[in-house]
Amino acid sequence: MTLAPSHFTAVLLFALFASTVFGITQRSEPRAMMRYGIYCFVLFAGSVIVASWLMYFIHR
Amino acid sequence: MATTPPAKAATTNKKIEKASEPKSPLFSTALLAGWLVPGAGHLLNRRWMRGGLLFAAIGLMFILGLLMQGKLYTANPSDPLDFLGFVGDLGSGLMYIGGRLFGVGQTPVQVVTADYGTKFIVVAGLLNVVAAVDAHNIRIGRKS
Repeated sequence: MTLAPSHFTAVLLFALFASTVFGITQRSEPRAMMRYGIYCFVLFAGSVIVASWLMYFIHR
Repeated sequence: MATTPPAKAATTNKKIEKASEPKSPLFSTALLAGWLVPGAGHLLNRRWMRGGLLFAAIGLMFILGLLMQGKLYTANPSDPLDFLGFVGDLGSGLMYIGGRLFGVGQTPVQVVTADYGTKFIVVAGLLNVVAAVDAHNIRIGRKS
C-alpha cells in the first residue's frame, strides 16, 4: 500500500502532527496546550500559503 | 568582634544553597521509554491523554512517511547529510529499529512523494526526542 498525497495535503498532515507534539510538550496546562497547538498549526499552514503566493508573484 | 558585611554574607548563603541543591538526574526510565515507544514516557508518568496523543501523532507521522515510500537512513559517516538523517531517524526508537529489521524504507525512489515521506520519518524521530525529554522533565518535577 502506498500513499501519494498532494503537496498541500502533506503540509496539512505535517502541521497537524507537529503542532500536536509542540502543544503537549511546550505548555503545562491543557487549555494552554490546545491554544498553543492551534497557534502552531496556523503558523505552519499560514506560512506555507503566504510563501506559495510570494513564489507565484515572483514567477509572474 | 568582626562582623561579615551583608553583601559577602548573601554570596556565601547563595553558595551554600547551590551546593545543597539536589542535582537533576540526566537520565530516567521515562526518557528511555519515551524514546523507545512514542508517548510511553508520559504513560509512565500517568499522563494518559498526553501519552495517547503523542503515540498517535508521532506513530502516524512515521507510518505515513513509510507509506509515501520515504527512506530510512543508515549510518553512513562518509556522507554528513545521510548521517544527520540517520540521527533524526534514530529518534523514533523501536519504530526505526523495527523498520530496519523488516526491511521497509529501502525501496528506490520512484515517486515524488517519497521525498515528503523521508522528511516525515526524520521529523517524527526528532519530535519523539522532544516528547521523551518532556516526559523526563515531568518525571523529575521540572514540569507539571
